[in-house]
Amino acid sequence: MEKNKVNMVDAPEGHAGEGFFATKFDQVVGLARANSLWPLPFATSCCGIEFMATMASHYDLARFGSERVSFSPRQADMLLVMGTISKKMAPILRQVYEQMSEPRWVIAVGACASSGGIFDTYSVLQGIDKVIPVDVYVPGCPPRPEQIVDGVMQLQELVKNESQRRRHSAEYKELLASYNIE
Amino acid sequence: MALESLDIQNKLQETFGDNVKYFRTEYDMFVFEVDSDVIYNVIKFLKEEPSLNFNFLTDLCGIHYPDSQENEKFCVVYHLHNWFENKRIRVKTFLNGTNPEVKSITSLYNCADWMERETFDFYGIQFEGHPNLVRILNMDEMVSFPMRKEFPMEDSGRTDKDDRFFGRTVNNTTI
Repeated sequence: MEKNKVNMVDAPEGHAGEGFFATKFDQVVGLARANSLWPLPFATSCCGIEFMATMASHYDLARFGSERVSFSPRQADMLLVMGTISKKMAPILRQVYEQMSEPRWVIAVGACASSGGIFDTYSVLQGIDKVIPVDVYVPGCPPRPEQIVDGVMQLQELVKNESQRRRHSAEYKELLASYNIE
Repeated sequence: MALESLDIQNKLQETFGDNVKYFRTEYDMFVFEVDSDVIYNVIKFLKEEPSLNFNFLTDLCGIHYPDSQENEKFCVVYHLHNWFENKRIRVKTFLNGTNPEVKSITSLYNCADWMERETFDFYGIQFEGHPNLVRILNMDEMVSFPMRKEFPMEDSGRTDKDDRFFGRTVNNTTI
């Protein structure tokens, strides 16, 4: 019989018995979060077009639990920055990030968002990590939808394994303080 | 009857004498230069004189000539268009390098507002009488005028590039 092509999310490690399953709270929450990441697309150029393809039926990011694209930062978990960010736009990007509620993650899609790309010029921000912390960088100019999906899957791994205490840790507060984010 | 370049030249010379000069045709467009202290009056004349009737300002921009003599370091170029005769002309005026200042033409053409702001933003040319001469495209915190040749085009904050692989030498990154 042909192998079933549908992949289900595996259950986390734990103890199963007659009528019960015991595991760590962290892992259950991580599993839920990782498979319902609501994306906030911050698209400024061609990488945004690739993201549109990623959201459309062929690549279908909804398969990974990102069905609902949130255009309000307050209801988004994952900020996808796609395209060149000029220095004039940096405070706006930063404000969008600040409006997101914890826990929040950021993916820098494409060369421009990651490092400024080919725009080594006075008006362009040389990578969004100059103004906000970034979790995953997706290389490419622009990256193919497969790469964006791969970036989201990398982030899912981070989310699954993130400790519930991380956002209260001294290291995390120090990280935000280094960006002057309250 | 079409509006001839020679008619424009004669009318301007009658009115402004030696303040308008170097009349020529470049790339099929009539071009001349005007002293910066009368540029406002010349453009006003070009717009309001019924036989000239340059009713539309197509473009206004700056040029930096760092190697020119002191009183010709900056240039402001005005592109004017007469819609009725479909005649286009280009008017140039030169400004000095230490205090480039010219009278604003926003009272003649409203569209000059943003064009002059852009020229100020990139070249630091002051437009006297402009209602709101602040930066338009670049971020407000910027202190340089990036299209002036003495400012480097590259971002100085970039840390991940090896200059040798990008055709850059030390000479074109320092001020």
